[in-house]
Amino acid sequence: MPTTPPPDDVATSDASLALSAWGDRIFKGLLVASALAAPALLVALLWQLLSGAAPAIGAFGFSFITDSIWDPVAEKFGALPLVFGTLLTSFLALLLAVPLSLGVAIYLTEFAPERIRQPIAMVIELLAAIPSVVYGLWGIFVMIPILQSSVYPFLEANFGWLPIFQGPIYGPSVLSASLILTIMVMPFIMSVAREVLLAVPAGQREAATALGATRWEAVTTAIVPYAKSGIVGAIILGLGRALGETMAVTMLIGNRHDIAASLFAPGYSMAAVIANEFAEAGLGTLHASALTYVALILFAVTVLVNAAARLMIWRMNRGAGK
Amino acid sequence: MSRIMVGVMITAVIVAVLPLFLILGSLIVKGASSLSISFFTNTPVPAGEDGGGVRHAIVGTLLIVGMASLVGVPLGIAAGIYTTEFKGSRLATITRFVADVLNGTPSIVVGVFAWTVVVVTQGHFSALAGSAALAVLMLPMVMRTTEELLNLVPITLREAALALGYSRWRTSLTIVLRTALPGIVTGVLLSVARIAGETAPLLFTALGSQFLSYNVDRPMAALPLMVYTYATGPFEEWHRLAWSAALVLIVVVLVLSVIARVVTRQRFGRNV
Repeated sequence: MPTTPPPDDVATSDASLALSAWGDRIFKGLLVASALAAPALLVALLWQLLSGAAPAIGAFGFSFITDSIWDPVAEKFGALPLVFGTLLTSFLALLLAVPLSLGVAIYLTEFAPERIRQPIAMVIELLAAIPSVVYGLWGIFVMIPILQSSVYPFLEANFGWLPIFQGPIYGPSVLSASLILTIMVMPFIMSVAREVLLAVPAGQREAATALGATRWEAVTTAIVPYAKSGIVGAIILGLGRALGETMAVTMLIGNRHDIAASLFAPGYSMAAVIANEFAEAGLGTLHASALTYVALILFAVTVLVNAAARLMIWRMNRGAGK
Repeated sequence: MSRIMVGVMITAVIVAVLPLFLILGSLIVKGASSLSISFFTNTPVPAGEDGGGVRHAIVGTLLIVGMASLVGVPLGIAAGIYTTEFKGSRLATITRFVADVLNGTPSIVVGVFAWTVVVVTQGHFSALAGSAALAVLMLPMVMRTTEELLNLVPITLREAALALGYSRWRTSLTIVLRTALPGIVTGVLLSVARIAGETAPLLFTALGSQFLSYNVDRPMAALPLMVYTYATGPFEEWHRLAWSAALVLIVVVLVLSVIARVVTRQRFGRNV
């Protein structure tokens, strides 16, 4: 295909017009076929998960998420500890990551010297590029030893009256998994929140300052309220990431089908159980079907969460975020 | 008040930036020492023995990611062209929404999908199944990047070409796509980098292997899978190899990401 075609190459005659009309038709056909790929994949994905999970759905129904016995040998499967583990680790991760990432996002858009804004944002976004399995590796061999020797004993000594900081200290635990998740979702929330804050019209800022607000007051009274729904969207997007995060959590959560009050105790998550057991569950077994059921639940939850996030960000971009 | 809050926020920035340096630092300290030529050219030795390399995993990653890109990249770019060329159409709206849904789908779920479609059908684990999973992950990423970059091409360029009598397909391929191509290439690199580090969808598709293999119809090793197996395994020697393999992986991923970011920012004055 020549990049600078000679003038006679341009469609002027009837024949070449007809030819270009054909070209357009073929072109459009190819594009439509490619554009259909994504929806087709989604339908296939949903169908495969549903049909794969069907035996388990038939056997356990909704009690699947309220039972807590997981016994592949006796073919009894209940996912409550998994659902609990996923929700708890994601919640704890957000609890820590949200203030942190909003602090950074507000600082970078409102206060930081112009020169350092881009570099800091880039360094934090690079955190998002690190593969999950590397976080897991680092968590096992660097983070856990540090936590186990200093942070966890400190928590137990000073906050031991809280049931969540009682009991024997395990290295791989719900708390360890939550902390690695915090580091992993932070860049996502930060970068979306930053984009949202950058989209706040300068007029908001100027109006607040003109009324005598300090820069911080402008942030709390004019900027954050305007961006509220976008920020909530960013947080929900982070939640979606945390819920589906697999490798690092699998490597750090301890992988025990149990619900414990203590955060120092090992737990399990939906993604982790799939990662650990799927390869061993034989083709066509109820075990594989139960794991597919877990995947289906995980998929449904993340779709809902992401749809909610998109909706919030979209509302904010339309200027209706109040 | 402002001063106190700025102090708090600067602390937040330090806390947020720290992990990157801690992780990179540990990778270099623990991983660099065992990097040698033989690390790249050898295949694993029996557990417990010293030495051994990651040649099988590098070959595996290249093959699995390569096959995934072969499908995911052209399809993603074409879908991206569609959603910009036919912006208002119902299919474009649906495809855009679905791509966002797929982008947010946990990669392990996509792995289960590839398992039910490829592994169950074939009856055994294979590198092909791994590639299928990665291609599904790649498609929406490439599509959204392509779309964003095509939208940055000034509409006047397109109008000028159409006014000169160019047909639609030539306009969009030789004018619009060509203008945005450098950005799209870096976007594609970025998604290749992200895909290369994916572990979860390979666990029960490509499965991993201790041997050098070029047969894509059989289980195959991959760098991230190797990091996982070796990190969770019981041997000191394995842990050492896991660190080195992780270092190699991270260097590849970060170099691709940094290049992609710097290049797109220079060309378009913004991040993608």
